Amino acid sequence: MRYSALSLAWNALTGHRGWRPAWRDADPKDEYDIVIVGGGGHGLATAYYLAKEHGLRRVAVLEKSWIGSGNVGRNTTIVRSNYLLPENIRFYEFSMKLWERLEQDLNYNAMVSQRGVLNLYHSDAQRDAFARRGNAMRLGGVDAELLDREAVRRLYPFLDFDHARFPIQGGLLQRRGGTVRHDAVAWGYARGASDRGVDIVQNCEVTGIIVEGGRAAGVETTRGRIRAKKIGLAVAGNTSRLGEMAGLRLPIESHVLQAFVTEAVKPLIDGVITFGAGHFYVSQSDKGGLVFGGDLDGYGSYAARGNLPTVEDVCEGGMALMPMIGRLRILRSWGGIVDMSMDGSPIIDRTPVDGLYLNGGWCYGGFKATPASGWCFAHLLAKGEPHPAAAGFRLDRFATGHLLDEKGQGATPNLH
Amino acid sequence: MSLGINRLAKGGLIDRTKRIGFSFDGRQLAGYEGDTLASALVANHVKLVGRSFKYHRPRGLLGAGAEEPNGLVALGAGARTEANTKATLVELFEGLEATSQNRFPSLRLDLQAMNGLLSPFFAAGFYYKTFMWPRGFWERLYEPAIRRAAGLGRASTAPDPDRYEKANAFCDVLVIGGGPAGLIAAHDLGRGGARVILAEQDFVLGGRLLAERLTVGDAPGAAWAREVERELAAMPNVTILRRTAVFAAYDQGGFAAVESAAPDAGEGVARQTLWRIAARASILATGAVERPIVFGGNDRPGVMLASAVRSYVNRFGATPGWSVAILASSDDGWSTAADLGAAGVPVVAVIDRREEVGEAVKALAPRGTRLILGGEVVGSQMRRLALSAIDVLAKDGTRTRINADCLAMAGGWTPAAGLATHLGGKMHWSEKVGAPVATEAAPGMFIAGAAAGAFALRAALAGGAGAAREAATLLGLKAVAPEVPVASDEFGAAVPIRLPARKSRGPAFVDFQNDVTAKDIKLAVQEGFASPEHLKRYTTLGMATDQGRTSGVNGLALLAEATGHAMADLAPTTARPPDSPVAIGALAGPRRGRAFRSIRRISSHCWAEENGAVFGEAGLWLRPRWYARPGEADWLTTVTREVNAVRGAVGVCDVSTLGKIDVQGPDAGAFLDRVYVNTFSTLPAGKARYGVMLREDGIVFDDGVTARLGEDRYLVSTTTANAVRVMQHLEYCHQVLWPGLDVQMTSVTEAWGQYAIAGPRSREVAGALFGGGLDVSDAAFPALTAREVDLDGLGARLFRVSFSGELAYEVAVPANFGWQLFERILRAGEPFGIAPYGTEALGVLRIERGHVAGNEINGQTTAGDLGLGRMMSAKKDFVGKTLAQRPGLVAADRPVLVGVRPVEAQERISGGAHFLDMGARPSLENDLGHVTSVAFSPSLGAWIGLGLLRRGRERTGETVRAYDPVRGRDTAVKVVSPIFIPERGG
Repeated sequence: MRYSALSLAWNALTGHRGWRPAWRDADPKDEYDIVIVGGGGHGLATAYYLAKEHGLRRVAVLEKSWIGSGNVGRNTTIVRSNYLLPENIRFYEFSMKLWERLEQDLNYNAMVSQRGVLNLYHSDAQRDAFARRGNAMRLGGVDAELLDREAVRRLYPFLDFDHARFPIQGGLLQRRGGTVRHDAVAWGYARGASDRGVDIVQNCEVTGIIVEGGRAAGVETTRGRIRAKKIGLAVAGNTSRLGEMAGLRLPIESHVLQAFVTEAVKPLIDGVITFGAGHFYVSQSDKGGLVFGGDLDGYGSYAARGNLPTVEDVCEGGMALMPMIGRLRILRSWGGIVDMSMDGSPIIDRTPVDGLYLNGGWCYGGFKATPASGWCFAHLLAKGEPHPAAAGFRLDRFATGHLLDEKGQGATPNLH
Repeated sequence: MSLGINRLAKGGLIDRTKRIGFSFDGRQLAGYEGDTLASALVANHVKLVGRSFKYHRPRGLLGAGAEEPNGLVALGAGARTEANTKATLVELFEGLEATSQNRFPSLRLDLQAMNGLLSPFFAAGFYYKTFMWPRGFWERLYEPAIRRAAGLGRASTAPDPDRYEKANAFCDVLVIGGGPAGLIAAHDLGRGGARVILAEQDFVLGGRLLAERLTVGDAPGAAWAREVERELAAMPNVTILRRTAVFAAYDQGGFAAVESAAPDAGEGVARQTLWRIAARASILATGAVERPIVFGGNDRPGVMLASAVRSYVNRFGATPGWSVAILASSDDGWSTAADLGAAGVPVVAVIDRREEVGEAVKALAPRGTRLILGGEVVGSQMRRLALSAIDVLAKDGTRTRINADCLAMAGGWTPAAGLATHLGGKMHWSEKVGAPVATEAAPGMFIAGAAAGAFALRAALAGGAGAAREAATLLGLKAVAPEVPVASDEFGAAVPIRLPARKSRGPAFVDFQNDVTAKDIKLAVQEGFASPEHLKRYTTLGMATDQGRTSGVNGLALLAEATGHAMADLAPTTARPPDSPVAIGALAGPRRGRAFRSIRRISSHCWAEENGAVFGEAGLWLRPRWYARPGEADWLTTVTREVNAVRGAVGVCDVSTLGKIDVQGPDAGAFLDRVYVNTFSTLPAGKARYGVMLREDGIVFDDGVTARLGEDRYLVSTTTANAVRVMQHLEYCHQVLWPGLDVQMTSVTEAWGQYAIAGPRSREVAGALFGGGLDVSDAAFPALTAREVDLDGLGARLFRVSFSGELAYEVAVPANFGWQLFERILRAGEPFGIAPYGTEALGVLRIERGHVAGNEINGQTTAGDLGLGRMMSAKKDFVGKTLAQRPGLVAADRPVLVGVRPVEAQERISGGAHFLDMGARPSLENDLGHVTSVAFSPSLGAWIGLGLLRRGRERTGETVRAYDPVRGRDTAVKVVSPIFIPERGG
């Protein structure tokens, strides 16, 4: 049923009897044209665009748990396209444009809220680096404003301007950046894909990748063998493990990233703010909780739990930036596993195994990439050629030296 | 001021001789020492304490502890406002100010309660289905309205004025929870000599013993708890932490807890302390939470957990009502009736949802109480925003309205064992317990008492003793024969979950705070949100500040019914830290404001401070940016003067912040050859050389001048920013890549104070400094000489190196003597017009000379990009050599280092501007690179810049645009050599 104010009103008056499942909880078939491994945001978006943009229907999304149980449901919900390198600007701006019309396209309110993303700077060198980034964004048709200290103070008077160890000098603002209700992205794509015939198979863990004559031919799962002409991996966090099943050693490490949400309070922080003298980023959800995060825990891990020193470090950043949050209480935290690549940028590409395609290496940036990632991965799977917006995200760029190192940190994944 | 019309004449663990005044919504009230805010409100007949999140329904207290979903207040005022505070956890203190939340204009008259009328439209997930048209209206109209309505309390926007501390503790066994199981476990272990920490969230030990009329041995439970506490306090190996909530379990036996100061702790005591506890084993004795019963109208103020009713009556001597009805699924309802009877509070009815109840149980109800077996409460009535009557449906179908001002619900217990799952353990449904229990706890963790499903006192005590024995065995500690006292045994049988009666009227709440009803759960399942995690996220079930303590199992039961699953097939959602909400201030501790990160000061800091220095941050260092003199109009005037002093006479700069690494050993030279692109093994002793290091991926890592002080001794210098990373890199190279090399290294950055004396008169200053004792002439001390020298008996180092392109020396002494040397240099230089110069002048000097620094060595540039390609030795291997040859890193069109000058001399350029061809459309395709560093060059009288420009070396003499839209500039610049001023003297 199409969602609208009218359908909602009608159902409200008739006891909500008309609503049907948002997506079909499908049982796996023996064979598909395309199997997407991973029922997170990227996998579901890929399936949706395969069906919608390429007319492919014999498609399944295999999820080991419940859909949206990975990083799409455990992130700080920030969307932005304030990147430095042309390849990233093109891709993330493409994603931003898809976000801007996502809800009408999906007929699902994912609460895309362009509340502005402000990156603070605390030194002249940082200001110039942000100017470089802002100017690059403007060259790419992305909105960017360089604010001075007073302009930042007008936006957020409660930041620590007067007693800070690293005084705020200004910020780079992308007004079109903002937040999106993360779970709704998974559900909206699942609904759209399912409506177009895609099978969404939950509780179906891939345990092996079948390679016949150098070509991927299907997957072994906890719900039996499923054959497929093409297989797309969209399992960020577990990419290295899944890759290994096909004998691939990938330039990716898995790391823990924690995030936090406080008890709900009345509106306090309007947009997204990032601290430039420590690693801390924060916004407030529509429900009222402050949603924030910081650095990686610092070591490779597949265990979805964080350590205390990182929690303390993140909170120190928060208090240094906005010392009025001392009495707000953290209600929940979670540790998600992220794919850290060797240059901090993602991979959407073919692999050395024919028929096996890879979407991973999203580092911190997977959520905001969801629509474009799905769009470009679907394009690659359907046509066998990279989409122009993701043409730089090659797997072989580490061999050729065409690195996409936004932060200039080099092949130390936990520093990106 | 009233002491409370609901205060019972006697009983309770309160001190009736100590009266405590407080206020709620401006009303002056009073309680006693030993009260919580909640119990004092109960005693004062305050029924309405808050409004719910979504429908703003009037709400009263549901519980008496951490499970409380309704009684959230703002505590304190101004910068000390503490929003969303559970009244049940607040120890009453004199002058406490509490204010209700989430209502306008007042708690009694809340206009947003109209939301309740629209509740059919506000069903689970309604917002995903609407508010999409027209597109721009979400941010402008719908969302602001939703945001204003959402949230609960209001946070202060003023800095938190209180102090927080951190503490570390180590123990053999951490006992979490000071109820009967925890007390007996701590006692047994303590007597056996184990180092024990007992942490209890409450301000009194005893747990449920305080709230029940149970006996241990022949003493009342509370008295037994006091006696055990007295014995524990006397054991030197036992630490008792009251008011301390253990909120997270971490790997390797790590725990985090937050201790709150007692309300009368006084000024200067930290408001909260974060405890980082390392425990070899732990005992989880965190008790259980009673479940509400889901029926229509179960959220009226006055409908309360039966266990809470007993807490208020037995522990606090305050009754929540004067005509109490009881709705039970368990025997606890009947013991509640007995307790009320004993306290003289009339019980109007006991309605048990079970059709058969044992005679012994029935006998608990006070004589004359109306007993309705197999009955249901199907509705409730409210008068003056409080419960006035309940509608009862008997099993024969007859409906009765019973007047009652309080309804006590006994829906069975759920173990509160959230901490058991923080390390990946799972909860599984137990038919025996009638609730989920943790089947695998964290390593070394033993779950005991009600937290393990042993709800009856005897079983809880036995469980605590058993856990102590297991922990002692695990740790190889002396086990003490447990003495489990004979205790009264109340009824602890598993209680089947009952779903709301079909004929129930009105919304039946599952999650009180978030207003999730049974209907919402049904709807979510109908829409496919049928896994527990989907249900939670779609309806917000269990996501409120009570963290699902009262709603989780009831929600699962409704989910099981709607999906046809057995409870055992549904995994409860995973509990994650924190187990109870924790203030951000406590987690940050003292690191805030200027203490956020430590400050590193140079040895001339005090002199600089007294002489007009304006400081800037360089990592943790504070470095003078310039030294302003009276009368100088602006920073540019000052910096220009400093630059002119160096170019025209002599200047001095504190360069102590540069990283210094002492590398020694027979293989030191060979080692440095491998980490630098150029060769150091051939450098003669007593000489210095500029070196460049690459990262393993072939990108430039760092640069600096390294000196050979002796045959086996080198002093590596790094940039200020990379001092730590270079040290890490060298250690990595040595320990991991080439452990066979005989070389050692240590960072000596802080050990030396080092000063650059630069300018045409620097030789005279250096000469004067050494008082003729050292020949610093060009012949005796040529460029790039590095020597250990004597300075009045002090072992010093003198280098002839230059960053500015002028004749220059750097002199270093042990850091303790640094400030003295600095002042001596100033005195020696006085006749020559010496001026101290800061980092800004340093920047101008190096930009004029085309020296690269952090803006150019930005982690994205190769040696070739920076014009340093020829330094890369072809004769040897070094870190980064192979990967630097990758096609992408040697491509001909990479941006390379150039100098730029505005075509119009008076125009200004800034770092971060991008290069475009003249007339080219601004686009990523046309982007040619960017300006990396700029300076006003006093020598040239114009702004100059360094930049990275595609094919830049071929474009010298051409004009390009420096496009800087974020600053509103677009400047034509001429491409020139990056060396604006030729070297003079070095």
